[in-house]
Amino acid sequence: MTMEKIINKLKEKFAGSILDVTEFRGETTVKVKPEIIVEFSSFLKYDSELKFELLEDLTAIDWAERKNRFSVIYHIFSIPNSLRIRIEVPLGTADNLDSVSGIWKTANWHERETYDMYGITFNNHPDLRRMYMPEEFEYHPLRKDFPLMGIPGSLPLPKK
Amino acid sequence: MERLKKEDAHPKILQALLDAETEVISDDVLDNEMILNMGPQHPATHGVLRLLLRLDGETVIACVPELGYLHRGYEKMAENMNYLDYIPHTDRLDYLSPPANNVAYALAVEKLAGIEAPPRAQYIRMMMCELSRIASHMVAIGALAMDVGALTVFLWTLREREKILDLYDHICGARFTTSYTRIGGLAQDVEEKTLKEVRDFVSQYDEKLDEIERLLNGNRIFLERLEGVGVISYDQAIDWGLTGPSLRGSGVNFDLRKATPYMFYSEMDFNVPVYKEGDSLARYFVRADETRESVKIIHQILDKMPRGEVMLNAPKKVLPRKVEIYSRMEELIHDFMLVNYGINPPEGQIYFAAENPKGELGFYIVSKGEGHPWKLKIRSPSMVNLQSLPVLVKGHMVSDVVAIIGSLDPVMGEADK
Repeated sequence: MTMEKIINKLKEKFAGSILDVTEFRGETTVKVKPEIIVEFSSFLKYDSELKFELLEDLTAIDWAERKNRFSVIYHIFSIPNSLRIRIEVPLGTADNLDSVSGIWKTANWHERETYDMYGITFNNHPDLRRMYMPEEFEYHPLRKDFPLMGIPGSLPLPKK
Repeated sequence: MERLKKEDAHPKILQALLDAETEVISDDVLDNEMILNMGPQHPATHGVLRLLLRLDGETVIACVPELGYLHRGYEKMAENMNYLDYIPHTDRLDYLSPPANNVAYALAVEKLAGIEAPPRAQYIRMMMCELSRIASHMVAIGALAMDVGALTVFLWTLREREKILDLYDHICGARFTTSYTRIGGLAQDVEEKTLKEVRDFVSQYDEKLDEIERLLNGNRIFLERLEGVGVISYDQAIDWGLTGPSLRGSGVNFDLRKATPYMFYSEMDFNVPVYKEGDSLARYFVRADETRESVKIIHQILDKMPRGEVMLNAPKKVLPRKVEIYSRMEELIHDFMLVNYGINPPEGQIYFAAENPKGELGFYIVSKGEGHPWKLKIRSPSMVNLQSLPVLVKGHMVSDVVAIIGSLDPVMGEADK
């Protein structure tokens, strides 16, 4: 199945929820509304023709704008079709999104990492803890308002 | 020294361990469950991986891995430096195969900037990737064998790796942190003499691998420690996002060099080894067979190696040669602009994934047309592969945990970023 046919099929099924489809350097980005992400993902995975079974990556972008600050990005690969698709979910003013870890188990740690780095909470996530930073750390380091040098005193040293 | 208090022991991790789903029931229940903290400083965890194990006797009931002990914030650093400056940092991701990381990063930025390195540079890059695959798998096999008690193999495989490190030294002047690629090409060309050394190395490699396999493949202890240990099925392997040898050990024929060919891999004749069993032994077999295929590829690369430049002629994107910088005005200006303001690729976002020794190494770069990336995400195979560890170790002995980690072959530099 070619990417063109896949996009047409998705547009047919999710007519009102697909905001935009763009192509850059041969990669297709589908922008969808945050409300349908779980339904959209399960269609991508379980449809017998699409079979986007391998979630390669899940991350977020901080655009540093007040109105539309975060986007969550998914990269999904279809092994039978040898095709990769990118889903972009603009969160608007919200900072939470439904978890897709029920569809792809591998999303579990990716979502934890995104939560750790950006402070985006994923609803219905089985175990939303920090991935890399210590539990008592209060900030989200990949946000654009977190300084590169860190915040003095934010990482307590072990007691003597 | 003060005693550790209860709140110092990271109760959230403990809670996660106690909440973890488990259906494992031990036959001879000892009536006392134990929580064992394995790592972060433990020789068998291949770096600073910390595992919390919930044990019943010696059987693992549940396991929670804890990452982040080597977190250096490479993604944050990438947002604050220009594209060329970031190349040395890619060495420190998967530090057992630095050239492969360099190549993956350079290809990602080139894809974003819309340029392509000349054929000779691409061929040399491919050669470096395959050499690093052999080097990395040699460590993986040696460390796995050492984890299950066969110490000699480690020395033999490291000897082979040492030869490859010497080749790196001759090719790019560094044994370990190579930083060999540049955006649009390579740091320097390879001499004919060095190519001959590469040929000598790959010609003798098959024989050496046979020797190593004779030590392992007929070794009853080695086989029994690995066979049927840490089994993951075809569907589960995809669901947990495994890539690389760990995925192909579960019968999935997925290799990015075949699925989305980059550089000149489409012109190379090689097989993708796939084993159906999905256990630790299958993952070892995949690695051993892959190095044979790498040798095949390197022979073809050396046969077909084209002549010509190793740096692209695109003054706005690619660094000029040092000789020209010191003798010509135009090149001096371009060098100044590239170093100070960066290569400024157009606005857009790309994802490039390369088949690295550990699995799929992906770079997702978002550009706003500036000299530094707006966002750079590293999709590190080690981290994603480690996520399946709780599934793999469930129901096995503590000593099997060590063998399973060895068979997944994680590198914490990459997993923690």
